[in-house]
Amino acid sequence: MTDMLTPAEPTKLTRKDFVAEQEVRWCPGCGDYSILAQTQKVMPDFGVPKENIVFISGIGCSGRLPYYMNTYGFHSIHGRAPTLATGLKIARPELMIWVATGDGDALSIGGNHFLHSMRRNVDFTMVMHNNRIYGLTKGQTSPTSEFGKRTKSTPMGSVDRPVMPLTLALAAEATFVARTVDTHTEHMQQTLEAAGRHRGASYVEVLQNCNIFNDGAWREFTERDVRDDRMLVLEHGKPLIFGKDRNKGIRLRGLHPEVVTIGEDGVTEADLAVHDQYAEDPYLALILSRMFWPEFPVPVGILREVDRPTYSDLVDAQIEQAIAKSGPGDLAKALLAGETWTVE
Amino acid sequence: MTTTAQGPEREVRELDRVTIRFAGDSGDGMQLTGTQFTRTAAVFGNDISTFPDYPAEIRAPAGSLPGVSGFQISFSALDIHTPGDAPDVLVAMNPAALKANLVDLPAGGAIIVNSDAFTKANLSKAAYAANPLEDDSLKAYKLFRVPISTLNAAALEGLEMTGKQIDLTKNFFALGLMFWLYERSMEPTLRWIDEKFGSRPVIAEANRRALRAGYAFGDTTEMFHETYRVPKAKLPPGTYRNITGNEATALGFLAAAHAAKRPLFYGSYPITPASDILHQLSAYKSFGVKSFQAEDEIAAMGATIGAAYGGALALTGTSGPGVALKTEAIGLAVMTELPVVIVNVQRAGPSTGLPTKVEQADLFQAIFGRNGEAPLPVVAPATPGECFSMAIEASRLALKYMTPVMYLSDAFVGNGAEPWRVPSPDELPDISVPNSVKEDGPYLPYARDPETLSRPWAVPGTPGLEHRIGGLEKLNGLGTVSYDADNHHLMTKLRHDKVAGIANDIPDLEVFGPERGDLLILGWGSTYGALRSATERLQAEGKSVAHAHLRHLFPFPKNTGDVVRSYKTVLIPELNLGQLWFVIRGTYLVDALAYGRVRGKPFRISEIVDEANRLLAERS
Ligand SMILES: Cc1ncc(C[n+]2csc(CCOP(=O)(O)OP(=O)(O)O)c2C)c(N)n1
Ligand code: SF4
Ligand SMILES: [Mg+2]
Repeated sequence: MTDMLTPAEPTKLTRKDFVAEQEVRWCPGCGDYSILAQTQKVMPDFGVPKENIVFISGIGCSGRLPYYMNTYGFHSIHGRAPTLATGLKIARPELMIWVATGDGDALSIGGNHFLHSMRRNVDFTMVMHNNRIYGLTKGQTSPTSEFGKRTKSTPMGSVDRPVMPLTLALAAEATFVARTVDTHTEHMQQTLEAAGRHRGASYVEVLQNCNIFNDGAWREFTERDVRDDRMLVLEHGKPLIFGKDRNKGIRLRGLHPEVVTIGEDGVTEADLAVHDQYAEDPYLALILSRMFWPEFPVPVGILREVDRPTYSDLVDAQIEQAIAKSGPGDLAKALLAGETWTVE
Repeated sequence: MTTTAQGPEREVRELDRVTIRFAGDSGDGMQLTGTQFTRTAAVFGNDISTFPDYPAEIRAPAGSLPGVSGFQISFSALDIHTPGDAPDVLVAMNPAALKANLVDLPAGGAIIVNSDAFTKANLSKAAYAANPLEDDSLKAYKLFRVPISTLNAAALEGLEMTGKQIDLTKNFFALGLMFWLYERSMEPTLRWIDEKFGSRPVIAEANRRALRAGYAFGDTTEMFHETYRVPKAKLPPGTYRNITGNEATALGFLAAAHAAKRPLFYGSYPITPASDILHQLSAYKSFGVKSFQAEDEIAAMGATIGAAYGGALALTGTSGPGVALKTEAIGLAVMTELPVVIVNVQRAGPSTGLPTKVEQADLFQAIFGRNGEAPLPVVAPATPGECFSMAIEASRLALKYMTPVMYLSDAFVGNGAEPWRVPSPDELPDISVPNSVKEDGPYLPYARDPETLSRPWAVPGTPGLEHRIGGLEKLNGLGTVSYDADNHHLMTKLRHDKVAGIANDIPDLEVFGPERGDLLILGWGSTYGALRSATERLQAEGKSVAHAHLRHLFPFPKNTGDVVRSYKTVLIPELNLGQLWFVIRGTYLVDALAYGRVRGKPFRISEIVDEANRLLAERS
């Protein structure tokens, strides 16, 4: 391409432009550092001026993220970040909005708002730092903690069954649903980038380590030496293959996924399920959302990405329609609505 | 003496004021009947005041006492402030309606009943051992037995309708009869029928016939020996309409957005008696109004804060239980100093309480109901029409002082109606405030205007002003997170002083009556009408009594202390057990007396007069 064909662009932003002056206050070694770094890294790629970007968070360790982003930022209250994001997006549809949240913030106290902001397809990206624990309050069980987990509040083991966040997001009609891991930096960048570009409610679960209160939360399958065998990297249009030797795969037997080995028992690549992240129906995504270690490799990547009108698109369209029908509102007329009479 | 074409000779009596109560089953359309009568009286030029009183159940068992729905309208040739202590006429569509309302009817009052509804079954549902139309139990009243159902069915003969559909129109028969009795035109209601049922010609025709049949019945029967005429009231010149408090609230905020030159955002979760505001604002799409039905009140509050952060004139509306849910987020708005208005159309509590009935018991919640030192201005409209100007005032304070504002209306002022002089848009004050723009030097999100102490408003999308706010304490000026002890004290004081300073920017408390004297009646909110009328009566009796009514409840007008110290006795009647009373005593160290009643009903004028007279006698 020649210079002449390139339109004049505003000065390109770099990662540095998105780094706020605040000193970062997470515990050394916390997975949140990586989430922040990858977020800052992908931000310039969207080409959105930083004054048009807003980070909104709830309460928890994850809630501190907006302070470290040199954009507009709002550290709200526990669980309610999606509500502020919804109001802001309705009022200002042109803004790019990110919600930083935790497993307790999004799924416990904020569970209702999670459900409703997703089903409305509000155009923002929710990044959930899932460390399977309440970090900021120093280590109680969370909605994603394992059944039987011993924590400060469950000394004999938790008797709560955990929720599957991705299944929940799909059931809530999120139009973009993905999972990534704090230590898989490139994968996280790709995932955040795709989530940020998606128009509509995007949900990204980041498997995050809390090295203070839940160290090794995901270690069993995310460690470098085991991850290829224990995780399944989803790619659109590709068969569900995993393993160091790329010889394992997922085959569907009716509604049931099963792990098979290519070359054994006559299994070939053609027998494997093929990922379709754009499928209108959510069935494959739902099956993937329920696969988890140790029964299955843990899927990461984009489970679902579908195009639907966003909430603010629909709100604005109704306003346009109303104006097209009856002209822009006339206050004097509204004041005089109904029957009037005059007193001389 | 007049004669009409066909009818017998009758007297026409001129009255200053008439109060009618329409009562029936909640399926009988009494609210609609009352509203139609109200519009007609308003358009005619009477002063009016209404009191819709309906049960919480949408359809309690037909004919039962809990299912009774009532609508009281007072219309007058004089300036009136209340829907009347007691009706002059009770229209009772069934035995339950008669039973539930008879207690309020003074001896000598008129009762018009649908005698067809006094069947054995209905009598037993209303727990009548004997038919009151047939024994002597109603002899203290003027009783008119009208077989409304039969007459109405006869009038509708030949229309293709089921018996049930026909029965549903009998309220218009009753309405027609009342129009005749009070010499009112049927035109406004006929027009309304055309608009409402235009696409359903049979239903439209049925309602027209029912209305006309009721009117004609009055004209031809020999049952009534008089008709009544209530002349027009002498209202100040202008164009008027009939308006309820909730309508005026919605319109007021629409006008406030216009006056603030900002788009309007309304986030709400349905709740009686506030839902009407959501419905009305949702219909203003062509004004660009963005209404949002949230998943709960917390979400409504969060979204409202988000919209305010984005630069909208943002409000949320609910009733007391909803405010309870919003509380934490209201604290966030206090901390982040964002302009939002919280509308509380109060109802009787605690908990679900009496969801459709009036009470003023959320004043403590409004002033004190948050964790931490979280002051915010509280305003309260006194009459349905005043809801309009108070909506603008609430918005003005929110924007000018960058603060959440609580707007306390209630079920009585919200549902009640009165004639309202319609302002023109150019009468509206300019309440606009600018957004921050980039200037030299670092941006200070918590720098303060020296006069108002409010902080600047930098909305996302403004280049160069990227900054972070939130619920954690902020360093004065720079706005970064600060855990410094002295800074927290300073910021707490600043937030306090900012709100306290509003006292310098609001009108003085006005006194109606002598500037000093024996008794001051002090009130707030929807009790205005009863307190003002009571004061007028006491003054007419030659008593040294004044009335003052607070519209700003936090902070109070500057002269409030002087006013309450200028009378031997201060009486504070409220529809609670003494909330304003407590705050006035605590603020000004005056020995004020409380008069609190929580019956889910507005005050009667007479009880205030009695209480005042009791105190005057005791303390003279
Ligand atoms: C209304 C309210 N209740 C409780 C808290 C205390 N609190 C702060 S963070 C938190 C849990 C956070 O857990 P999670 O969302 O998983 O975030 P993490 O700290 O693990 O990132 C709780 C209970 C609060 N701030 N507000
Ligand atoms: S407590 Fe855990 S999640 Fe929070 S900052 Fe420390 S390591 Fe991270
Ligand atoms: Mg957590």
